[in-house]
Amino acid sequence: METRWRKNSVNLLILSGILLVVFPLAFDDFRLNMVGKYLTFAFVAVGLVLCWGRTGILSLGQGIFFGLGGYFMAMFLKLESSGVELPDFMGWNSVDVMPWFWVPFHSLAFTIFMIIVFPAGCAFLLGWAMFRNRVGGVYFAIVTLSLASILSILIIGQQGYTGGINGITNFSTLEGWNLSSPHARLILYYINAVLLILIVYGSEFVNSSRLGRLLIAIRDKEDRVMFSGYNVPIFKAFTFAVASGLAAIGGAMFTLQVGLISPSFVSITASIEMVIFATVGGRYSVLGAVYGTLLVSFSKSFLSESFPELWTYFIAALFIFVVMLFPSGLAGVFEKFRWPGFLSGHGAMKKKAEEVS
Amino acid sequence: MNATGAEKIVYEPDESSLKQEVARLTLELEKARAELARTKDELKKFKQDPEHTFRDSLLLEVDKLTVSFNGFKALDNLSVYVNKDELHAIIGPNGAGKSTLLDAICGRTRPESGSILFKDRDLTKLKEHQIVRIGVGRKFQTPSIYEELTVFENLETSYPEKRDVLGSLFWKRKEDIIEKIRNIATLIFLEDKLNQKAGTLSHGQKQWLEIGMLLLQEHELLLLDEPVAGMSQSEREKTAQLLKDICRNRSVIVIEHDMNFVENIADRVTVLHQGKWLSEGSMEHVKNDPNVIEVYVGH
Repeated sequence: METRWRKNSVNLLILSGILLVVFPLAFDDFRLNMVGKYLTFAFVAVGLVLCWGRTGILSLGQGIFFGLGGYFMAMFLKLESSGVELPDFMGWNSVDVMPWFWVPFHSLAFTIFMIIVFPAGCAFLLGWAMFRNRVGGVYFAIVTLSLASILSILIIGQQGYTGGINGITNFSTLEGWNLSSPHARLILYYINAVLLILIVYGSEFVNSSRLGRLLIAIRDKEDRVMFSGYNVPIFKAFTFAVASGLAAIGGAMFTLQVGLISPSFVSITASIEMVIFATVGGRYSVLGAVYGTLLVSFSKSFLSESFPELWTYFIAALFIFVVMLFPSGLAGVFEKFRWPGFLSGHGAMKKKAEEVS
Repeated sequence: MNATGAEKIVYEPDESSLKQEVARLTLELEKARAELARTKDELKKFKQDPEHTFRDSLLLEVDKLTVSFNGFKALDNLSVYVNKDELHAIIGPNGAGKSTLLDAICGRTRPESGSILFKDRDLTKLKEHQIVRIGVGRKFQTPSIYEELTVFENLETSYPEKRDVLGSLFWKRKEDIIEKIRNIATLIFLEDKLNQKAGTLSHGQKQWLEIGMLLLQEHELLLLDEPVAGMSQSEREKTAQLLKDICRNRSVIVIEHDMNFVENIADRVTVLHQGKWLSEGSMEHVKNDPNVIEVYVGH
């Protein structure tokens, strides 16, 4: 127990070192901003490790929550940059009065509150309603997938209120602070990295608690947990809500660093890409998910620059390859060959290894 | 232990069996203390209201229960009762509705009509986890354990404390709980496997682990579904001993096909046939009931 925690601390320190020291030194402004963008996807991947890898709830609609966070942030920024005027895209679509649900986003405090509470709250209610009625597994995946599709279609359809397919863009200041200056970008990168590290620490804390063990128990034998007196639907809904809350924070950080949000980050494609990040990195390992996100994203931008039309085939092949040969992803490979304990002791690879021996 | 002759007992000191014995006695002591408290309580109640004791001797009352699946009546107007501290066996041919009855009691299946009263509460209106919390435990037919967790962690997650999300997040292992878990592990023959993943245990060991998990929760009513199925002879004997330990000072409903096993442990037997009540009484009585003979042997 003790050594496991110590080994984890070492791994966490290495991650912190890479994010806070190595990357800022190694990359120029442009590349660092790109890494910052990738790291916002890591929020989603970490959430997926908690709810999919740990608890066994596969959501194919995390783009919904990433998008909600991103759109809330963008609404605030857009209102600020528009001043007393209506946001420009509303005028283009002959919306003359500020829609009621835009009004409260004049306040930064309200915006942050909404980013943290609303997506997680929605996820909790959705999860609770479904898990209570024993809807789970592949049915849950299908429902979340359809919801992602519905939301992106809704956003595209309601151009006057959402900016449509182009999303919300053309904003540059946060409470008067110029977001596009190199200095601001560096600060945003650090805020993002520190938030992510805190979340990784938090996830490791959950994993080492009784709650973490219960989540694995729910994945392994849900009925036994229920008949040990636990209200399982609440536990599952809670995990799903936490994962979705993390996705929303990632979305908000995305908008801040990239300067736009559009329906393509809500869509099915984006949602499934996020699942691929977690799978490649290792769905049982929080750290693996972060590295997986970085690796896939880097290769995505490298390959899509060189072979734009081949990228989708490549990522599909990678996904199939990983799922078939390394079900625990990179972390599983690492664990097996280099450093046992990387998965904090609960990987499927480990179980396999024990079964063999 | 080995008895030779009438009065001379040769005692072979063997560390593991001694440990076993200590663990058993510790549990026994705990149970005795609880029993004493309960008896005192009952005595007080009896002094206030002599009628009370009579009503109290009934723990579970299944009344006119009907469960149907798409029109097929798995249980048909069934009434069964279980007394306090009674070991009640349910037998019957395949498809008689035995497992359905257990499912209905523990909330897994909702009945179409009828009621299940447990300590004055209708179980048909409670959720699964609420039923567990008021004192009904369930052991599944196939061993239900958490394969990815260690034996210790399996037992620990079953410890009935902090069963909400936040409580479990900040829960700390305490010495007395660790001690209790070790004690149970000794009792279920798994003391040296505490740090081993439960998935690596043998079939019989998994069954024992699940029994251990139930033991920790100290239920008033236990529902056991074929507890010795699929076990080797030696495992079967050890399990029978374990079950006898579990069943003391609580009520148990057990489903079992092994008639010798039932005859050995059951206080009372109910025979079901096609979802209906067929016969009830001691094993002796049931065995000689012409209705039962007809169902089992046929024409």
